[in-house]
Amino acid sequence: MNHEAPTFHLFGLAFNTSNVMMITIASIIVFIIAVLGSRSLQMRPTGMQNFMEWLVDFVKGIINSTMDWKTGGRFLTLGLTIIMYIFVSNMLGLPFAIAIDHELWWKSPTADPTITLTLAIMVVVLTHFYAIKVKGAKSYGSDFFKPMKFMFPLKIIEEFANTLTLGLRLYGNIYAGEVLLALLAGAGAAGIFSGILTFVPMLVWQGFSVFVGTIQAFIFTMLTMVYMAHKVSDEH
Amino acid sequence: MQFLNPDSLILGAGGFFAGDILFQLLAFIVLLFLLRKYAWGPLMGIMKKREEHITNEINEAETSRKEAQAYLNEQTKALKEARKEAQTLIESAKKQGEQQGESILQAAREEAVRMKEAALSEIEREKEQAVQTLRNEVATLSVQIASKVIAKELDEKSQEKLVDDYLKEVGESR
Repeated sequence: MNHEAPTFHLFGLAFNTSNVMMITIASIIVFIIAVLGSRSLQMRPTGMQNFMEWLVDFVKGIINSTMDWKTGGRFLTLGLTIIMYIFVSNMLGLPFAIAIDHELWWKSPTADPTITLTLAIMVVVLTHFYAIKVKGAKSYGSDFFKPMKFMFPLKIIEEFANTLTLGLRLYGNIYAGEVLLALLAGAGAAGIFSGILTFVPMLVWQGFSVFVGTIQAFIFTMLTMVYMAHKVSDEH
Repeated sequence: MQFLNPDSLILGAGGFFAGDILFQLLAFIVLLFLLRKYAWGPLMGIMKKREEHITNEINEAETSRKEAQAYLNEQTKALKEARKEAQTLIESAKKQGEQQGESILQAAREEAVRMKEAALSEIEREKEQAVQTLRNEVATLSVQIASKVIAKELDEKSQEKLVDDYLKEVGESR
């Protein structure tokens, strides 16, 4: 709340250094996991390769449940990257938070609305991009007037609502988790007795946060594919 | 309630940083392309390869199964034929054996009959011979006995009578 963000300025833009750092760390972790998982590929998979292939099949399942594979196949890498990146980002803030001189350095990047809304806007823009690419500009434009002409304002609102809910849902869940963790940690740090008292709730809430982080990564990917299918598919 | 003081909570500050947006976008796009190149690409390649491999294996297995079925059918047919042939062979052998046995039996029977007849004729011959011998013996014996009896009993009177009887007999038969 009133921990300040470490900042720096570049090209006339303000950067939150902690966000930049955490985004980089999350990306590197995702990259390392993915590369380790697909480093020594074999016809008979073992260990990490099994996990990666399970993940591929999982995202494939998400895509298949929203659209047919012919149009959805191209979104597989997008979905995989989204689910891994968001999952890792959600997990980063769980074990600890680091604040130095009242500046918060270590947290989940997804506990920041700017980051989640950026991802959400990126996804929605991608849906529009692929809608034009797959169906053509004319069909894409006419979709805004279906099934009735007067639906047009609603369709416009829907786009913004989709973006907002997609981004803020993720932010809200992760931020709320971190708020409660911070409260428990603050309470636990007040004294030995309260430290013992808050140990179990802390444990429970961290477990629950792992669950929530996983679910949110899944939901974000699922909704990405749902919006994508909504734009790209022909049937309505 | 010191710990509920917001100052002590470790939470991110609000505030809007335009640079974060750019950085997040850039990071995500870079991550997307790096992963596509180094992770998802090869991974999907091997998954696809395995899929094809499995398809091939299944097809191959199906083909060999069909082949095996065909072989089996052929074998069964051959076996059936062989069995049939064997049956025929056995039957013909049996028949031949029966015939042979019959003919042997027939020959034996004939032989027996022939031997029996030979034996019978032999017996007959022996018997006749024996009878002949006996007859001769008896004749000789009776002559001897008769000559002895005659020599002993024939006196004058009875000799006369005998001659008379004989003469009478001869005269009557005339």
